[in-house]
Amino acid sequence: MQHFSKKEYQKQVSKQEKSPWIKNLIWAYCVGGAICVLGQGILTYAKQMGLPKEDAGCVTSITLIFLSGLLTGLGVLDKIAKHAGAGTIVPITGFANAIVSPAMEFKNEGFILGVGAKMFVIAGPVIVYGICSSVIGGLIYYLITGGRL
Amino acid sequence: MPYLNAFLFGGFLCAIAQLLIDFTKMTPARILVLYVSAGVILTFLGLYNPLVEIFGAGATVPLTGFGNALANGVIKGIGEKGLLGVISGGLTACAAGISAAIFFGYLFALIFSSKEK
Repeated sequence: MQHFSKKEYQKQVSKQEKSPWIKNLIWAYCVGGAICVLGQGILTYAKQMGLPKEDAGCVTSITLIFLSGLLTGLGVLDKIAKHAGAGTIVPITGFANAIVSPAMEFKNEGFILGVGAKMFVIAGPVIVYGICSSVIGGLIYYLITGGRL
Repeated sequence: MPYLNAFLFGGFLCAIAQLLIDFTKMTPARILVLYVSAGVILTFLGLYNPLVEIFGAGATVPLTGFGNALANGVIKGIGEKGLLGVISGGLTACAAGISAAIFFGYLFALIFSSKEK
């Protein structure tokens, strides 16, 4: 009886895992798209309030980062992320989540080397590679366009 | 229409990342680094800003948009300050996002505690 139920269980599991990637793909697409729609809403609103284009973009990022940090703290974002995968990782919300999540987890290691250091476990590499590639690209751009000193 | 465009392109970028996770076992950290760098490179090649024009937040909210902001900042910095702008332009443009992420990150880590463990 037990053996049978185990087999049944495995059958059930394999049935579910047959093509999880299609399900993951749809989830990621819809949640990621929805977050961008939310961003578009904030952006449009900020522009309507008379902010210049660049400032409106900044306000959008700040708002999404705030919301994502709050939802991470409340434990809500992790529940969404379980299904959404890359849908919550790729938008700027994932960047904020990657800061808040380890910072909370390593709080017991202290506020300097726990919170202060661990918040950059994932955000650090993102900033490092972003800045380094932008400086290298900038140098090439500078040389090609023959900019002034 | 801008909302539909944002959904379609933002979702598309997330879907590609999901395929990378499922089929290449790339970790989220690698995906984020890849996306930021891709955003920077595509912007310098002149390919990303047209996407922002069409898809709006669908192109700026994903992490490639962070790279796009960095690269645009550098280009703007070069125009204003020359060689110095290569170094200072990127973070000047992204100052708000990075400061917000660090400040709110720290704040919420103080207020909330991890539920696991």
